[in-house]
Amino acid sequence: MTFRKYLVLVGITVFSTAGDSLLARGMKEAGGVSLHHISGLLLAVLNPWVATGILFLLTFFACYMSALSWADLTYVLPATSLAYVLVALVGHFRLHEVISPTRWLGITLIAAGVGFVAGGPSLTPTHDHTNSAEPSRDAVSHGLES
Amino acid sequence: MNDLHAWAAIGLIILASTTGDVLLSYSMKRVGDVEELWKRRGLLAVLGRVLTTPTFPLGLMAMGVAFYSLLFGLSWGNLSLVVPASASLTFVANAVAARIFLHERVGRRRWIAALLVAAGVVLMAL
Repeated sequence: MTFRKYLVLVGITVFSTAGDSLLARGMKEAGGVSLHHISGLLLAVLNPWVATGILFLLTFFACYMSALSWADLTYVLPATSLAYVLVALVGHFRLHEVISPTRWLGITLIAAGVGFVAGGPSLTPTHDHTNSAEPSRDAVSHGLES
Repeated sequence: MNDLHAWAAIGLIILASTTGDVLLSYSMKRVGDVEELWKRRGLLAVLGRVLTTPTFPLGLMAMGVAFYSLLFGLSWGNLSLVVPASASLTFVANAVAARIFLHERVGRRRWIAALLVAAGVVLMAL
């Protein structure tokens, strides 16, 4: 794990939080979308908040794919989970959504769970039996690329 | 009624994004370390290799379904319910799926964490 790789994990947390919050703000402006008006859902993409949110989520996606290329899914996921606690806090402080004491406790438990995983080993040695098969197939399927 | 809609959306998000995460993780493991590849061959080679991995577009499609389910959910429910609930349950479902389909070792530490997160989700739904 290099410093740059930790930055990628931070990017996952920050960009998904910002993206989700912008989406929520945009969707509140666009109003409730129902199954009978699918076009409303497609048009919601034109809302500037929703559009900016999507841009942020695309950046998140690039960071996420990068992380998945050098780390386990079960290692990268805690980094993304941290974003959901941040989202709730942003929802509370910026969008003024009410968070009850039980929800606060829920947020605390989720954060504790994330911390528990983050404190453990980052890479699992079990990779060996999958990885030993993958690169050879990989080399064959992408061998034509120059 | 809005709650029922929100939870239906949450269920769909969990199913779609777990499928997507497993497919995308599998794809990126086949591509290999993108940082190394970028340094050696440049950004175009990275994009080319990612886009030509067959499971990548499948994962992307599953993520697309999850994304639109999220838009539905956000228009019906609170941000602080829909996002943490769906994402955290997805975290648990992904731990199971990663163990079964990706053969990742999910140790005791990660299972306890999954239970903590699941308990947190139940509390948030009350």
